[in-house]
Amino acid sequence: MTSAILASGLTKHFGNLVAVNSLDLDIPRGSIYGFLGPNGSGKSTSIRLLTGLLRPDVGSITVLGLSLPGKAEALRRRIGYMTQKFSLYGDLTVEENLRFMARIYGVHGKAVKQRIDELLTLYDLDDQRRQLADTMSGGQKQRLSLAAATLHSPELLFLDEPTSAVDPENRRDFWEKLFDLSDAGTTILVSTHYMDEAERCHQLAILANGIKRADGAPQQLMDAMGANVVEIGGNNLRQLKQQLLEFPEVLSAAQQGIRLRVLVSSNIKDPVTWLEQQPALASAVLELRVVRPSLEDVFVTATGEERL
Amino acid sequence: MNSLSRISAIAFKEFRQLSRDRLTFGMVVMIPLIQLLLFGYAINTNVRHIPAGIFDEAQSALSRRITQAVSATQVVDFVLAYDSIEAAEQSITDGKVRAVLILPRDLDQRLAQRELASRGTSTGAGGDLDPRAYGQWLVDGSDTIVASTIKGLRSMPLTELSRGTALPTAPTFEVALYFNPEQRTAVNIVPGLLAIILTMTMILFTSTAIVRERERGNLELLITTPVHSLELMLGKIIPYILIGLIQMSIILGLGHIVFNVPINGDIGQIVLATMLFIAASLTLGLILSTIAQTQLQAMQMTVFILLPSILLSGFMFPYEGMPRAAQWVAEVLPTTHFLRIIRGVVLRGASIGNVADDALFLIGFTVIGLLVATLKFRKRLD
Repeated sequence: MTSAILASGLTKHFGNLVAVNSLDLDIPRGSIYGFLGPNGSGKSTSIRLLTGLLRPDVGSITVLGLSLPGKAEALRRRIGYMTQKFSLYGDLTVEENLRFMARIYGVHGKAVKQRIDELLTLYDLDDQRRQLADTMSGGQKQRLSLAAATLHSPELLFLDEPTSAVDPENRRDFWEKLFDLSDAGTTILVSTHYMDEAERCHQLAILANGIKRADGAPQQLMDAMGANVVEIGGNNLRQLKQQLLEFPEVLSAAQQGIRLRVLVSSNIKDPVTWLEQQPALASAVLELRVVRPSLEDVFVTATGEERL
Repeated sequence: MNSLSRISAIAFKEFRQLSRDRLTFGMVVMIPLIQLLLFGYAINTNVRHIPAGIFDEAQSALSRRITQAVSATQVVDFVLAYDSIEAAEQSITDGKVRAVLILPRDLDQRLAQRELASRGTSTGAGGDLDPRAYGQWLVDGSDTIVASTIKGLRSMPLTELSRGTALPTAPTFEVALYFNPEQRTAVNIVPGLLAIILTMTMILFTSTAIVRERERGNLELLITTPVHSLELMLGKIIPYILIGLIQMSIILGLGHIVFNVPINGDIGQIVLATMLFIAASLTLGLILSTIAQTQLQAMQMTVFILLPSILLSGFMFPYEGMPRAAQWVAEVLPTTHFLRIIRGVVLRGASIGNVADDALFLIGFTVIGLLVATLKFRKRLD
């Protein structure tokens, strides 16, 4: 399998801010690749660098075999891009927007109508055909954006936080569409700050402050996390959390409902016994058990940051 | 083929958006309509009925006849009378009147002196008697148009006063007034308004055109598509050429019907000339649009261009009267050149060939401007 995107040493400054710092990427064709990170972690900037909208200060980029920024124009026919903010025309109807994009991408004649009808049905927008885009819901706008981005059947699709303005049910449906596109051979690069979305990606990169902290398949990342997860149930969890965070072996402790989720460094072979031996825990009646790590735990260990 | 298709797609989209923007669409028609009616009536350099005062020291039959003769010209309306110079000057300072006519105590003597002088001149004697003016005007000279109108009264004929004895004086020159013999200001103003209104709407529409897409986020998507910068620029311009022609029809049509402005030139030539100017103005707007980051900035730059276009182009004041440096500035503005062309074609019945220099300037401006806008517009975000 060849690479859809190859980047090495990618760096981009905005004034004093280093938005992207020495980013290396190798994204295989046909995969769904995720950028996971909080706001300001460099996800959008990275996508803009890879689409040729921004030029890197340092580093080289090859997308679909074309080197950027030199071959940016040639690349534009072969990629689709869905911006973070709705960027179609709010004062045009769904159909007018799609017709416009079709002509811009050079889809001609009968093919236009056929393709638009196909997309409207696929993305469940048949009833909105003559509705102004501005008057539609977040989910409808998002489906319209995806329809427009895939109108010319691009080989590579960039999606910048596509589900940020959408409810959970629509998010699930949206991901079904992405899997369909992926099955049809489209490579997809998607940025998100939702853990459940990141978990659906074939591979992902965890970004924080413009730096890639970890990358790989979600399961692989969880397995190689370098920490065990212990859930503690009981009383006075807030106080306990403060006491546990004093230990260098405890990477993180976060309250989730009636439980405390504690990440203990994998240097400790048996984390439950180790925790029980601590005097802070000995006094209270507590229930401890090791649980399966989640992607969020991976994120916390990789970035050392607060949970998203 | 693809290129044409993309240009037409952008033009079509632009037109559709415009037709949905009711306010803007309304302004396309209302701006020329209202401005023409307003300024066509309002702007008038033939000043009449200037409020004036009178200080009549003579209080004689002659002074009353002079006052009546001046009133009869309708240039001034005597609204106040004074009994001292101080009161008259104070009245001007207070802004109650613009001018005061002073008729001196020895008015009748002065008339007699004049009659003597004119008889003396005819016999070749009496040169020692220098004829003096009948009276004096005190004028608030800050407004030069008002001042020169009053100055026009300096040598108003008062032959009927001298009991028919004075010789009628023959003028040094005869003047034949072409194209606007009745000297109606509207004749000159209406074609000028066409230039000004087109400058305003055309530059404003396009200067905000690209910035608006940037502000709304449309541009980020548009520049990742295969659309070329020049295609985008042309697509943005085309719908507004049509709008400009609509405005032209309103202004000249209404000017002809309401203000009786003659259309001496060929309609085809007028349309061609207007299209040259519309293209130049739209290009200028596009350049501004590639510089501005927000619609407010685009608006400010439009005003920056608009003011000299109104004041220096020859619309308000004759180009010939301006100092050299101002003329250079005026030469750079497309409005100046269009003003010459359109006044020439509409009023003097000239063809574009007669004003080829100005037409060539507009063509050159458009071509270079389009190039500059295309080169300045980068399909990138940094």
